[in-house]
Parts: sequence; C-alpha cells; structure tokens
Amino acid sequence: MKIWVFAESENSNPTTATLEMVTKARELGGTIEAVYVGTDADAVATGLGEYGVSKVHAVDPQGGLVGVVGAAAIAGMVDAEAPDLILFAQTYDGRDAIARLSARLDRTVLTNGMSLAVDGDSVTVGTAVFGGTLLVDAKFTGEKPYLAAIRPKSFAAEPGGATTASVAQVGTVDAGRGGEAKVLERHVEEREGPKLEEAAVVVSGGRGIGEEANYGPLVDSLANLLSGASGASRAIVDAGWVPYSKQVGQTGKTVKPKVYIALGISGATQHMVGMKGSDNIIAINKDGEAPIFSVADLGIVGDVTKVVPQLIEAIKAKG
Amino acid sequence: MNVVVCVKQIPDPAVPGELTSDHRLKRDGAKAILDESDSYGVEMALQLVDKAGSGEVILVSMAPNGEVSGLRQALAMGAARAVLVSDDALAGADALTTSKILAKAVERAGGADLVLAATESSDGYTGTVPAQVAELLGWPSLTFAKQVDIADGKVTIQRQTEAGYDVVEASLPAVVSVTAGVVEPRYPSFKGIMAAKSKPVDQVTASDLGVATGATGQEITAVTQAPERQAGEKIEDDGTGFERVVAFLEDLKVI
Repeated sequence: MKIWVFAESENSNPTTATLEMVTKARELGGTIEAVYVGTDADAVATGLGEYGVSKVHAVDPQGGLVGVVGAAAIAGMVDAEAPDLILFAQTYDGRDAIARLSARLDRTVLTNGMSLAVDGDSVTVGTAVFGGTLLVDAKFTGEKPYLAAIRPKSFAAEPGGATTASVAQVGTVDAGRGGEAKVLERHVEEREGPKLEEAAVVVSGGRGIGEEANYGPLVDSLANLLSGASGASRAIVDAGWVPYSKQVGQTGKTVKPKVYIALGISGATQHMVGMKGSDNIIAINKDGEAPIFSVADLGIVGDVTKVVPQLIEAIKAKG
Repeated sequence: MNVVVCVKQIPDPAVPGELTSDHRLKRDGAKAILDESDSYGVEMALQLVDKAGSGEVILVSMAPNGEVSGLRQALAMGAARAVLVSDDALAGADALTTSKILAKAVERAGGADLVLAATESSDGYTGTVPAQVAELLGWPSLTFAKQVDIADGKVTIQRQTEAGYDVVEASLPAVVSVTAGVVEPRYPSFKGIMAAKSKPVDQVTASDLGVATGATGQEITAVTQAPERQAGEKIEDDGTGFERVVAFLEDLKVI
C-alpha cells in the first residue's frame, strides 16, 4: 500500500500530529511519502525521514492557504503517483486540504479518525460518536485514493525506519479561484507554557467559572503554576470568553495529558470525548450530579471560585 | 450584498442521540433545532448585510421530512428566505454529497456574494463542508474566521491558527466558515417570530437540483460500545477540598 501523509510543520519541524500519522502508516506497512506545502521542505524532510518517510513532494504555497494549494497540488499528482490512501491531520489546514481535494477528485472522506486499519486493499477508519460512548468503524468502498483525516493524539509518534527522504519539488500549482485567497499577515500570540495537545497538565474552564474575567485568575493561573496549558468547554467558547483554539471536545481538540483538571465543567458528552483519554482526571464543580464526576478520579463538589484560589495559594506555598 | 448561510437543523443535543438499525443518526427522535454553531453565521450575515446597506440574508439547508423548525428560528432572527432540500434519497448522505446539494442550493438561491457556514456541525462534525462547497462552486474558501470584513469587493478575515491568527483576503464571491462565539447571536423578537412564519421557504429535491444520490463510497462495518471510565473518589468541599487536590497532585509528582 502506498500511503501519503499531508505533512504540516512548526518551526521547520514536522508537527507531532504529522509524525503520529507517519508512525501509524509505518505500522500498516508499505511505502510512505509526504506532501508538504511550505518553503522549508528540506528541513521538514529531514524530520520526516527519521520517521520513515521516503519521499517528500514539496509544494510552494505561493502566498496562499496551504490546504487549498496542497489540495490542488495533490489533485494534479494522483493519476501519475497513484497513492492508495492519503492521510490528513484533523487541523485547520488539514481540513482545508482534505475537503477541497475530496471535491476535486469526487471522493468521499472519513474524518475524525481515532483508529486506522488496513486489511489487504481495505481501509477502515474508526471514530467516536455521542461523546465517545459509541465507536463506529467505516471502510472505504469507492475508488482510490482514499481520503482520511485523523484526530491528533490518536496514535503515538515514534521514530523508526530512518531514511533520507528525497525531496521532489512540485511545479507551479493552479488552484483556480481557490488560490486567490492570500495570507497577508501572520499574528503569533505569545503562549506561556506548552501547547494544549502536548501539555502534561491541562486545566480547562467551563460555565461554572462564573464570568469571562475569571478565566485568567482561575484557569490560566492554575495552568501556568502547573506548567500546563489552559483549555475550555464549548459553552465558554460559544459565549466568546476564549477563542475556538482552546476548545476541548468533539468539535474541538482531543487531549490526553497526565492530569486533566476540569473547573466548572458539567461534562456534556461533547466535551467528554475530547478528554476522557487523560491519565488522571480531577473535576471541581458545584453540582454534585454533574456528569463530569462519572469520569473523574478525584471529584470535589464545590465552588471553583472558592476552591481554586485556595488551591493556587497552597501550591505556591509549597514553592 | 447578498449573503447565503448554510444552516443545519439537528436533533436537539439535549436529548441523548440514537442510531437507527442501519447505523445512521436517528433524526426523528427529538425535535429539530437550528444547530447552535450556525447561529453565529446567521448573526454575522445579518450584520454584514446591514452594514452594506442593501441585500438580503438567504438560508440554505438540507433536512429530512421537509423540516423547517430550525429554519424558522433563523428566519425569525432576520433572514429573508430559505432554500430547503429535502429528499428521502439523501438519508445517509456523506459530507461530499451534502456539499454538492448545498452548492446547488446556493446557486438556486441566486446572486450570492458571500456564503457563510459554521466550521462543523454539532452532530455529524465531519468538518469539511464549507471548503467542499467552495471547491464545488469554484470559489475561494476562507476558513475558521474569527472576524470577517467586506470592502471593495473583497472579503478579509482573521483566520484562527494554532499560533494566533492570520489575515487572509480574497475577492468575492467566496465561502467563509465562522468559528463559534465570535459574534453574539440576537434573540428573535416577537415580531420576528411572527414574520418568520410567512417568509418563503423554497423546498426542492435532489433531482430538482440535478444532484445524483446513491453510493457514497463508504460503509459502516461495526458499531461498538466504548469502554467506560470508572468514577473515583468524590468529596463535598468543606473548605479543605483543595488539600485533597494538592495531595492528589503530589502523588502524581506534578507538584
């Protein structure tokens, strides 16, 4: 089986989500190649080679959105290169790429993949519905290439099959009017501590924190103190208290930290699917009947606006 | 300026979901409502048309059984009319088929300068429809917008990224997906609710739009119960609950 991975990068290194997919592809066997849209393909290819990618098809972003340009580039290559399966991360750019490619090639997509299995020519993608209470496996029945998007944190990223990935530069891509979308500016917001998906400790806030102004002093402060990252339930993202990028859950991110601390989160199924794979879960919520307590290793029935400041002081006192 | 908003009417998420015997989401088990994710697109469309000073907000939706209750909610907010695609042949449609329907519905709605959609639905959450619709229309897709501005025939957005946001621009017409929470959806007024009852809903089938239905290229092979996580210790806070959390974190060597 020839598997392609739509590679993404951060600081000229492949992202963890990319390496997770490459690791899984290696386990499935066959040839692994990557498609990368960016101007630093040589550096990214070095990182991909350490995980067993043999070839990188490098595409110039031409100032456009990498998912849009990437989809057009892949569409132009599939006839000649004949990949069987193309994997995308369930990320902003990965979703752009799989969506536009799907429409270009007239192929269905299976997204939000949390498992992936290959049996001969058959490819099955597993996903979770109803807040992760049910697992659904679906297989592709149409023509190749099959297009699947995988949720970050679904597989481990482990180096192996190290090789030197060759870099093949793809010529100018015509993305049609899609290519008219141009990136004019990039704004990088300073982030204290680790990324949400990669943090060992995640502290998330929900409606129970009371008001937007409490997010910093309660959620961010505790996260920073524990060298963790801060997250959120859908309710407070919908309310506009914090950006979408902080959302943990079905329509947000999956996290699997060593410790997940849920502050004032009731535990709607939509949230649970994104965090119940955590090693340890602590929940603080004043409603003792809240569903979050059904998955918590330690539950405190209490007011987060009282408990959390005490907790922060106690941790600080320990130095 | 005319803005078309793709909206989905979903079973009320407050009612536990079920699958039918052929593994599809049971859509007649609970009252259909406007997906809350779509209320942000509807609000933004109303604001953009208001700012432009002319034009209208038009809804497009695909739903079984001629369902209109969610559409009425958005019409009550101020949308002018809707195109509803309802067809038994669309049961079990994949995201691409849905997108083909919506792209044709956008064309049927007519004269769109901009199409808005949520980033994903709350029930199926495939998360690809906005960019698929854009590709099918041959338009630019500007996704994950947290701010949208229209000027001089161009749309400029702040696009959510892992690191912050990017400013992305394209000429109109274009498709923009809007993240939740970026505008505050208005509550329909009583007058709005009454007016919505008589606003036009153009109901059509897949064949009216010339979209083929049938094999989607995917098949569900298994549905299994996920392993359940066990609840641990639960205590009432008596003013010292924080001490138990400290001890728990110490045991894990987090502090």
